[in-house]
Amino acid sequence: MQRRIIKDKLFEIIIIILAMVSTLPLILILFQIVKKGIASINWSFFVNLPQPPGETGGGVSNAILGTFILIVIAGVFSILLGVLGGTFISEYKDKKISELIRLCVNIFQGIPSIVIGIIVYIWIVMPLHRFSALSGGIALGIMMLPLIVKSTEETLRLIPSSLKEASLALGASYTTTMLRVILPAGINGILSGILISVSRVAGETAPLLFTAFGNPFMNFNIFKPVDSLPLLIFNYSMSPYPEWHSIAWGASFVLISFIIILNILTKMVSRKWKTVF
Amino acid sequence: MLFGAGILLLLLLTGIFFTLLIGSIPAIKASGIKFLSGTSWNPVTGVYGAVPFVIGTLLTSFLALFISLPFSFSISLFLGEYFKKGALAEFLNYATDILASIPSVIYGFWGLLFLVPIVRKFELSFHILPYGVGIFTASLILAVMIIPYTSYLAKEVILLVPQDIKEAAYSLGATRSEVIRKVIVPYSRSGIFAGILLSLGRALGETMAVTMVIGNSNLIPGSIFSPGNTMASVIANEFTEATNDVHLSALIELGLLLFIITGIINFIGNIIIKKLSIKG
Amino acid sequence: MENGILKILNFYAGYNVKTILTNINLSIPSNKVISIMGPSGCGKTTLIRCINRMHELQPDANFKGRILLNEKNIFETSPILVRRKIGMVFQKPNPFPTMSIYDNVVSGYILNGIKMPRIEKDRIVEETLRKVYLWDEVMDSLHRKGTFLSGGQQQRLCIARAMAMNPEIILLDEPTSALDPKATAKIEELITKIKKSVTVILVTHNTAQAARVSDFTAFLYLGELVEYGSTEKLFTTPKDKRTEEYLTGKFG
Ligand SMILES: Nc1ncnc2c1ncn2[C@@H]1O[C@H](COP(=O)(O)OP(=O)(O)OP(=O)(O)O)[C@@H](O)[C@H]1O
Ligand SMILES: [Mg+2]
Repeated sequence: MQRRIIKDKLFEIIIIILAMVSTLPLILILFQIVKKGIASINWSFFVNLPQPPGETGGGVSNAILGTFILIVIAGVFSILLGVLGGTFISEYKDKKISELIRLCVNIFQGIPSIVIGIIVYIWIVMPLHRFSALSGGIALGIMMLPLIVKSTEETLRLIPSSLKEASLALGASYTTTMLRVILPAGINGILSGILISVSRVAGETAPLLFTAFGNPFMNFNIFKPVDSLPLLIFNYSMSPYPEWHSIAWGASFVLISFIIILNILTKMVSRKWKTVF
Repeated sequence: MLFGAGILLLLLLTGIFFTLLIGSIPAIKASGIKFLSGTSWNPVTGVYGAVPFVIGTLLTSFLALFISLPFSFSISLFLGEYFKKGALAEFLNYATDILASIPSVIYGFWGLLFLVPIVRKFELSFHILPYGVGIFTASLILAVMIIPYTSYLAKEVILLVPQDIKEAAYSLGATRSEVIRKVIVPYSRSGIFAGILLSLGRALGETMAVTMVIGNSNLIPGSIFSPGNTMASVIANEFTEATNDVHLSALIELGLLLFIITGIINFIGNIIIKKLSIKG
Repeated sequence: MENGILKILNFYAGYNVKTILTNINLSIPSNKVISIMGPSGCGKTTLIRCINRMHELQPDANFKGRILLNEKNIFETSPILVRRKIGMVFQKPNPFPTMSIYDNVVSGYILNGIKMPRIEKDRIVEETLRKVYLWDEVMDSLHRKGTFLSGGQQQRLCIARAMAMNPEIILLDEPTSALDPKATAKIEELITKIKKSVTVILVTHNTAQAARVSDFTAFLYLGELVEYGSTEKLFTTPKDKRTEEYLTGKFG
């Protein structure tokens, strides 16, 4: 009996220790990013362009702008399609085709991001004969799609069907009912789904390697290559120069902060704008 | 319009598959079945055998899974059984959340500057060739990266175990650890398995972090401390520098292989999850 | 009752191949309250959902026969027009959660894209809310969301929403079954009042409620219209044995 109790306690202690140890890498990573990242961040970091190794005062303004451009393109590509697709499978939930789409979306979500890069390379980069912000944005957009579809569907599924009937019974058309009653009622879930999907792709590098490609200069043209924070971190961290490493730390800090802020924002949106039925 | 969007989603996925398939044709014509059985990959001589990368991929992924399991299992029990609420649970929840949202390129960067030197020291003290980078380092990073996924799904299924069957076991005099091993784990076995499958899917396709620390060697790894390459990392390394059409096509074929493997794994994982009706 | 506002003629309805309603013939006079009662599953909901063409929205629904609104077959009119003339209130209160109380009242106009000057809207909102005895309770919070109201208030808001469109007929499907007795009393009171401006068709489980508020009562049993007549007659001297058994609580 005594042995069983000791064994039980031991088991619990091991579980607690292992669980806590798992957070160690996180603490280490965050600690280093904050320590080394903040050290290399100053005003010029945000407004200047990268400098050749050896020179100081370089910044990552091109990558910050590029990340922004890529996310906007990704959003344009994915939000409408994702929300409509999610609405479709929630509206026709019992149809065979919805089942098929749902399965596709789940498989979609598991496609390695590098494969998405290959696809967009074949679809966009090859025909246009150039790397471009457009292709990078579409690659990120494809990665956002499944998340938006799923969050839209899950949100709409929770909206009572009587709401739709009430609107139809007032003589509203189907489209009006969807646009003015159903989607607004689900806006918190849909919006937080979009935010989460942005935070997921903001740090993606692999699909950009052969689409957006990277660009050490400022670029506003969506048909030309752009840089992005993750691409810059990749290129700089693989370089042998310590100055570039510290720029990469700074960029990591900015990127992580952006992603964490997006996550917090998501929680706020889904709580604050929650529709009470 | 809704219907159109639905169809478009279907077309997109089938489009991806067929694009990869068509893109692979030149390589399939050039190498045929040797692509899957060849042990050498040399773009200069035009020899494309994927075996080193398949081995590299499987080795890193399974090693990572093996390393991460005790940890993710502990987290899921911690959050799903021992401490469902409280400050520590809250902390652990947040921590795994953030762990899941750190970009893989940052994991790679951190691995390069922090983990690689440690592994190198370790290798020196054991008289192994001190590369620092290699399969083992990549597996360590991957392990950290997949912990949040496995533990999340496992926690969800553990929470689904009905209270009354746990209580029935307690009332028979079982201790908590016995309830966990004899009741909770058997009950949530298939869900935990699905979680492991989905994490495996992620690990197989993970690119950046692996590419940065695996050492990028196209030879079959001699041990877990040798440098190597995974399917994803070799694509990342060689795609923009592909010397000719067959080389590019061979890389696309690797992508197709990766797509099929992860597709099957995700398919099975999702079917299990759907049966259990938990949110994936 | 030859000149009823609504006439249901040789009407059948069901789902898939199953027929729920068989050969319903019913003529409804205007500005009266008509109760439809019957045991659970007898097809009451199905029947009133046919009257505003909501039934056919279900993918597997079928129907046969004619329903005349002012001598015009509703199945030859656009469903949108039919639904504007025939309002509906559901079993569970369902105000639009994203709209304020004010917007809920005029939601029929909003959703139909009908633009009105502000004063006109204000007038409709106040008038309608007074009709359903809700004005005094919500006049200070018109621009808050309707979902913080109590169940009874929400249901009156839903009645207001339907009434605001000035329908000729309003269909109430067990409007009080989710409410407490006090809220129920309020709704019954307003039903007897609004019949001045609208014909009320009330589905109810509750025979006492039918007796209290309605002028005419129809008794539906297994999809068949067993008996229909003035409430007083039907309750005091039912002609059909099944009606009598239902009223004395022998089944359902
Ligand atoms: N969508 C549907 N598909 C198939 N059968 C249905 C559907 N809706 C209702 N039914 C069936 O039609 C019959 C009548 O249903 P209806 O809802 O009209 O009854 P009701 O008299 O309103 O009952 P209650 O008093 O419980 O509300 C029931 O047997 C029901 O099972
Ligand atoms: Mg009913």
